[in-house]
Formats: sequence, structure tokens, C-alpha cells
Amino acid sequence: MNWRSIWAIARKDIKEVRQNKMAWGPAIVMPLIFAIIMPLLFTIVPRFIPVEDLQRELGDVETLLKNLPPAVRAIFTGLKLEQMFVIYMTAFLLAPMFLIMPLMFSSVVGSDSFVGERERKTMEALFYTPTTDMELFLGKVLAAVIPAITLSWLTYLVYIIVVNVASYGLFGRIWFPLPTWWPMMFWLTPAFALLGISATVLISSRVKTFMEAYQLSGSLVVLVLGLVIGQLSGVLYLGIGAVLLIGTLIWVVDAILIYISVRTFKRSMLVTKL
Amino acid sequence: MNPIIEVEKLERSFGEQKAVDGMTFHVKPGEVFGLLGPNGAGKTTTVRLLNGILPSSAGSARVFGFDPTTQGELIRQKTGVLTETPALYERLTARENLEFFGTLQEIPENDLKRYVDDMLNFFELSARGNDKVETYSKGMKQRLALARALIHKPPLLFLDEPTSGLDPEAAQQVNDLIASLRQTDGQTVVLATHNLLEAQRLCDRVAIINNGRILAMGSLDELSRKLWPVKWVDIKFYSPPTKNVTASLKINRGVMQATVANDALSVQVESDEVIPAVIRYLVEQGTSILKVNPRDYTLEDIYFALQAGEA
Repeated sequence: MNWRSIWAIARKDIKEVRQNKMAWGPAIVMPLIFAIIMPLLFTIVPRFIPVEDLQRELGDVETLLKNLPPAVRAIFTGLKLEQMFVIYMTAFLLAPMFLIMPLMFSSVVGSDSFVGERERKTMEALFYTPTTDMELFLGKVLAAVIPAITLSWLTYLVYIIVVNVASYGLFGRIWFPLPTWWPMMFWLTPAFALLGISATVLISSRVKTFMEAYQLSGSLVVLVLGLVIGQLSGVLYLGIGAVLLIGTLIWVVDAILIYISVRTFKRSMLVTKL
Repeated sequence: MNPIIEVEKLERSFGEQKAVDGMTFHVKPGEVFGLLGPNGAGKTTTVRLLNGILPSSAGSARVFGFDPTTQGELIRQKTGVLTETPALYERLTARENLEFFGTLQEIPENDLKRYVDDMLNFFELSARGNDKVETYSKGMKQRLALARALIHKPPLLFLDEPTSGLDPEAAQQVNDLIASLRQTDGQTVVLATHNLLEAQRLCDRVAIINNGRILAMGSLDELSRKLWPVKWVDIKFYSPPTKNVTASLKINRGVMQATVANDALSVQVESDEVIPAVIRYLVEQGTSILKVNPRDYTLEDIYFALQAGEA
């Protein structure tokens, strides 16, 4: 395995996609909303809303707490209503939304790298180099996964800072992230990034344009919406156990998809589609 | 000298369609070999087969002694390919493009900058080396694509329609560069083209192909002799020969017929060797000759004669 070639492909793809504003525009707006606007909104709002309205928003606090897993319930015990509102909104309801980012980042880069390259007719020159199919594949997967994970972690970092700064007056201490966020950041996020790219590779063999690939792989967001609905309805709380379990499932799906993708990604098959 | 490329009864089908249909040819080191044919004749498929990026359906091929189907990577280390479209990364600079392909061609890190500089200099792109390729003209892009194909100094170069879509001036420039490569480096070149003038100017031998089959193969002389075993020579006079002299020409061995039209005499002879004897005879008969013009066949004549035969 020639790692120098693999990194060269990854670096080139990242450099190329960085210059494609059409690809990056929408992918940059969402982290800004999630990492800055939403937490500011949820931490500042309680200061201006009467307690009764907050109570109505959260529903019957007693019932809400009863439905939570014991570990999560312990977090809320002894807190003021405003504090409970901020924690509930920023640390629980918004949490699964963050998983959209690794998916989106990896499918943007993946679509540009696998389909965009074919669309721009640059793929053939790449096929005429001595790199193996596996090296080409790995280079392109790394090009999608590395920025997806890095940017997701960067968004988490900004979110952590904004939440703590904005709610410092309310808590008087740094309270975020909660323990459930660690496996989400370091176990679930990489799994979702890999899911985005492996799905994009499979989709790329069936579509002709970057936009088609981007839109199709974007439909994976439905998975994340499922988690959001689970949180909202109280059916599924993303506690440490749930995150680890979902993460493991996604990693297994990733492994299967990557296996199929590697078998699909053969220059002898792709060259006939140029 | 062993051939660099050996192809025996090579075939490649796409469904029912045979893109390459039993091709057999050899290419010697230092030779410029042309694959000449219309669009869809099987030229690009042949280039892909020989570089191991497409497996063959039947037959065999060897490039540098390697089997393209199983040893494609080893072949591609020694070949450079100019694809039909420049296939450059337009959002990157020329330098970045060359550095990227140089890395994939396994040029050592320490030498990469020197190789890139050499290529930019040779193709007169140094001044624009740090500009994005999207700002380049078509001719500049083609020169850069050629530089990319040559960055690792491959002993075998495949050129797929190198002047396609270029204006005459840019096409001339690219052809000059190809000719100079051959002179300076003794490079072996396989030129896939439908441009007859280009093939005539650059190739030592050509294989004329259509529907994936080789219709004829050889040098221009060999092909014209094969198609037109007899030769015509046109002779212009200061003082024209008499009818008797014209009629008596046939007594010379190798003269097949002679006709007069527009004060010129056209003589059909069996071979070039007969021409000096004809001239000597006419001078002896008291004619004053102004000009002797043996009719040469161009690749265009050969190509269309063969295509007509195929039809």
C-alpha cells in the first residue's frame, strides 16, 4: 500500500472541494446555526420568559423527569427551572441534530470527489497512474472523512464554548458537555462520517452529477431525524448506553457498506462510465 | 530489438458490440506508431486495454513484457497517457497538477520540484505555473496535459487525439512538441488519431482501423505500394513529344501506358525504378523536359481508399 499516493489523493481532493463554494455554502451555514445561533437562543430566552411560560414549554416537570433514565434524571435533580430548560434544550434536544454534520460534510466531499471528478472528466487521468484501485478508494474516503470529523469536532468545540459562556450567568460554572456527549463526539460522529461517505460511494456509481449524488446522500439525514423524534417523544434518550449501542450498529453498517464499496470501486468498471 | 508492445488477436466487447476485434500489431522501441481511424473505431479502447485499465475479452497483449490485465500498475509506471480531454484539475494551479501526478507516479519527494520545474520550462508554462488551470487557453491546457503525461519521463507515451479541439496554431504547436520529444528523447509513441495530416507527419507506421479491426498496417510507402502496386509519373515539356514518341514509350520495359492531357504526359510504370529509363528515352527522342513529378499518395488517399473498400 503506497500511503504517499493515498495522502496525495486525499490532499488534492480536499484542496479541490475547498474551492467549490457551491458545495461548501450550505454545509457551512448549518454549523453556524447549530453552534452559535441555537445555543444563544436557548440560553438567553429563559431570562426573558416568565417562569410559568417555561413550565408550560417543558410540560409537567415531574412527569418529564419520571420518563428520563435514572442517570439523566440525576442531572436535573435540584436545579432551577431556567437551568433545567437550558440543559434540556442545549444538551438533549439539540444533541442528535449535531449528527447531521458529519453526514453532510462527508457526503459533500464524497460527492465532489467521486462523482464531481467524473463529471469534470478528470477521472481518466487518475486511472492511468500506477495507483491501485484500493489506494484510489482509500485516498478519496480519507478526503471525505478527515474534514467531516475535523469540522464536526470544531463545531462541537464552538458549541461547548458558546453554551458555557452564554449560560455562565445562570449556572456560575462550566457545566457542558455532559458525559453523554463524549461518546457522541468520539464514537458516533466518526461512524456517521463514514456512513455518509460509504453511502455516497455506492450512490456515485448510479448517478451522473455532483448535485444528484449530494441530494441522494443527503437523504441519510432521515436517520438523524429519527433520533431527534426519538428524543422529542421521549422514546429514545441519547444516554451513554444508547449512544454506544447506536454507534456500534452504525459501525457495523459502515463495515458492510465499505466492503461493498471496495468491490464496486474498480477502475475497469468505472472507466466504461466515463 | 524486442518490441515494446506485442498485441495478438486482442478483443474487447461491450455487450454485443466489439470495440476491439482481433487486433494484432507490434510496436518497436523508438517508433512512432499511429492508430488511425474515425471516432468509435476502437482507438481509445485499445489505449485503455494496453494500460490495463480495462480487461480484454480475448487475445493477449504484452507491454514491456507485462500482461496489462494482471500487471497494469507495473505498465502504468512506464507509460504516460495524454487523454482525449486534458483531464486537468481546473481549480488547482499548473504546478499543483504536476506535483500531484508526479507524486502518484512515484517521483521521489526530493526530486519532485525539479521535475515539475523542468516540465513547466520545457512546455513554456513557467510564467503561468502558479495560475489556476481554469484561466488557461485550450492550447496551454493541452501543453500542460502533455507535461503531466511526461512528468515521470516514461519510455512509452500514448497520445489520444492530441490536437482534438485545438485551433490550427495550437495544434501545430502541440505537434511540434511531439516531434521534438521524439528527436530529443527517442521516445516510443503510440498516437491514436483521426487526423490524417498529423499521422502522416508524425508516424513511422500506422494501423488504419475501423470497427475495432485493423484494415491495413505499415509505413506510408508500404501502404501505398500495397494499395497501388503501379505508379504514375507526370512529365511536363518545353517542347512536347510527338504522337509517335508517346506511342513508342511502351517499348520500354515496365511502362504500362502513356496518355497526353493539357500538354503533359502521364506515364503508368510498374515501379519507381522504371522512371529514369523513361526520362532517358524521352531525352534521346529529342524532347525538352521541364518537370518530372512522380505521383505520391498521401495517408489521406490510403485512408479513404481503405475505408471505401471496407464500406
